[in-house]
Formats: sequence, structure tokens, C-alpha cells
Amino acid sequence: MVGIVGYGAMIPRHRIKVEEIAKVWGADAPSYKKGLMLWQKSVPTPDVDTITLSVEATKNAIKRAQINPKDIGAVYVGSESHPYAVKPSGTTVAEAIGAVPDCHCADFEFACKAGSEAMFVCLGLVKSGYMKYALAVGGDTSQGAPGDALEYSASAGAAAFIMGKTNLIAEALETYSFMTDTPDFWRREHEFYPQHGGRFTGEPAYFRTVTGAAMGIMNKAKMKPKDFKYVIFHQPNGKFPLRVGKMLGFTKKQIEPGWLTPRLGNTYSGSSPLGLTSTLDISKPGDMILMISYGSGAGSDAFVWRVTDRIKEARDLAVHTTTLLDKNQIFVDYGTYAKYRHKILKNK
Amino acid sequence: MFPSRIWREMPQRYRLEAAVCKKCGKRYYPPRLVCAECGGRQFDTYVLPEEGKLLTFTVIRTPASQFSDLAPYAMGIIKFDDGLQMMGQIADCDIDKLKIGQKMRLEFRKIQTDDTHGVLSYAYKFIPKWY
Repeated sequence: MVGIVGYGAMIPRHRIKVEEIAKVWGADAPSYKKGLMLWQKSVPTPDVDTITLSVEATKNAIKRAQINPKDIGAVYVGSESHPYAVKPSGTTVAEAIGAVPDCHCADFEFACKAGSEAMFVCLGLVKSGYMKYALAVGGDTSQGAPGDALEYSASAGAAAFIMGKTNLIAEALETYSFMTDTPDFWRREHEFYPQHGGRFTGEPAYFRTVTGAAMGIMNKAKMKPKDFKYVIFHQPNGKFPLRVGKMLGFTKKQIEPGWLTPRLGNTYSGSSPLGLTSTLDISKPGDMILMISYGSGAGSDAFVWRVTDRIKEARDLAVHTTTLLDKNQIFVDYGTYAKYRHKILKNK
Repeated sequence: MFPSRIWREMPQRYRLEAAVCKKCGKRYYPPRLVCAECGGRQFDTYVLPEEGKLLTFTVIRTPASQFSDLAPYAMGIIKFDDGLQMMGQIADCDIDKLKIGQKMRLEFRKIQTDDTHGVLSYAYKFIPKWY
């Protein structure tokens, strides 16, 4: 059996409220809060990027895995905000944790599902016996164009998972992927902000793909929504995961532990992976968890996890995701946010 | 910062690797080639803890251009349990509430960007301990 040996999260401390963004653009904050079901988002400071978030999340995963980083045979970072256009984020992560030089490394990209792609590949490599442990990270410091609906949700955070065969925290019982060419969200080369297809991102893209992946994996595993204690969906806003959960027959109680977007925003590649970390933080041995990511373009990776006894000793070895999310927040105004996110054009 | 220097300093900047003299036991961060105490040239490597106490600090309000987005910010020296000291920037803090003796945690951050085209420098900064 393969699965998760260690998991960890990292979320920046800074936040901006929907009201603060809406005030600048003359928008109606209550409408946005209701429409997106989201009231604030995390903001990375200028010294925080996908690499720094990935390193901190990975260090937390290593604390829970209690392994020698030298035994990690692959480091894969999934993101759509890699700091370099040419040079992998994973090399810095591998160097910082001491996994070099006997290590395979690659960066993954597939909009918001780059992190789950890395998880999928890591499980395969460990299962095939190519390596003892493999590290998958999903993280982003995502950007939304000023005044665009995305600006209210695009946030920052990362989750890391070390996959292995022994001392598992959660076993991967089943995996499945659903993928089509659906151009609902994209960013062309040299463009700073992404574009999206407005309402097209809903029915034909997110809902079709996520339900396709959920139905596919439940058919494959011969399971029904009531067989799962928890479910995590990708969360581009607060509303979509609740709606898709209802469409599939899941209850709000099953979704809530991993439903972070209302107070975190959309962490893109970190979205459903971070939801999984917060769900594992409160899980009990034997709990079944369904995780469905979503990446525009479009595809979903689906996983069925079964939590093991080791969760009891491992979960408190590193900081819990909700501690990072809800404690000690620093709220910023739009001017500070614009400076931090390099939205202000300065003289050279 | 030159890529060669960043690369040379990765062990101490990325992994907090310090050195202890095999002959006299004197500890160094960053590591040295020759022990200032006994002239020894052989060292063992050890990893610094990720927590220390704030020994002193100052606030920078007029920084060098590459740090202008962060101003005003605090620079501090922290002391680890084994007596070693380290200087670095204090991030995610209210500079008016910093106190000498305060517990600090080390966090991996981007410390410098060489304009929009150069290599990125990473290392540890200090964060007031809150969990």
C-alpha cells in the first residue's frame, strides 16, 4: 500500500478583506461576499513566494514523516506562480531540505491542479518501487487583475505531502483523473494576469470536470458519498465546492473541515491540498476522505484516502493548518496590498 | 548578488549549517575555514535550531534600493541556546512592539531580488514566535 507519510501546510499571515478591495473599485462588497461566499484572502509579503511557502510546508511535512530528507527520491512542485520562468522551484526546495543530489526534480503546471498532479505522480513512483519517498508540493502566490473578480479570491498558500509505503498517515486506496480541453482560464506567455471565460468557468468547466472525476473514482472504488467521512473539492470561491458537493450528494458537514476558501481565498495549486491538510488535522483512524482537485484547461485528479492509526501521533508534530489560517492575522489596506503584489509601477 | 556567491553560501543560508571545530569545539555561523581560537582546519557540520531569543535590534527606515518595498523593517541579532548569534531581518512584526528577549522563529524567505532579471536569493528571516 502507498500513501501519505507526512503532510504540512504554510499560509502567509497577512490578509485583506473583500471590503477593502471593493472600496477601491467602487464595487458592492456585500454582493461580492455573497456571490463568492468569501470574506478575506491571504496576501504574500514581497519576501514570500511559491518557493518559500513550499519550503516551509515541506519542513512541516518532514516533521510529521520523521524521515531523513536524503531518502526523498523526487521533489515535484506544482504551481502557476513559479518565481522563475526558467529554473525549477523544486531545486531550491530540495536544496533547502537537504534532499540533494540523489533526487529527481521537476516543476508541474496545470492551473490549479498542479499540486495534485505532483501527488499523483509521486504515488506512482513510490508504488512502482523507483524510490522510497517522493515529495509533492502544491503552492501558489496567485494574482488577479486589479478590479477583476479574481482579485477578490486569488491568494497564497502551500501544502506538501511525502508519499511512501511504510508508516502511513493515510493510505491511497484509489486514484482517478478526468481531463478534457476546456479553455475556461488561461494566461498567455509574457502576460502578467490570467484571463478567464466568466460564467463559462462554471457549468462546462468546473462542475462538469469535478463531477466527472468524483463519479469516476466512486465507480472505480465502488463507493458512494455516504461512505466518506470527509470530502475536499477544489475551491475557486466558497460557493462552488458547496454546490458541487450538493450535486453529488455530499453534506456540508462532510465538506466543512477542508472548506478554507471563505477565510483564505483561492490558493490555486494549494487549494484542495491545503483542504486535505486541515481535514487530516481533525481526522480519526479509519476515516475515508475523498479529494477532488480542479485545474482549468481543464482536469481533475481524484484520490480516495483512508486515515491510519498513525494520524494520532503525527498530527501534532507540526503546526495545524487552521492555526496558520485563523490565528495572529495581520490585515493590510489596499495600498499595502498593491505594493506587496507589485501592482504599482515604479521608476527604475 | 552573484550566482556563485549564492551557490557557495547555500549550506548556511538554506539549511542553517554551522561548523564546530574538531580540535577545540568552538562553534561558528557562518562556517569558517580556519578556527580563530586554535587555528584548526577541520570542522564538523551541525544544523542550528530554528528558534532563538532577540538580543538586540534596530529599525531601518532608509534602506538600500533592493529592500525598499519592505521599509520600514527591523534588523536584529538573535542568540541560540548554544550561544551562537545570528543577524537577520525581522519580518511579519509590528516594529513598535518588538522587545529584547522576545522569542523568535526562523522562517525561509526571499531576502533579495536582483532587479527583475537576476537570480533570487533565499535565506532565513526571524519571525516573532506565535505558535
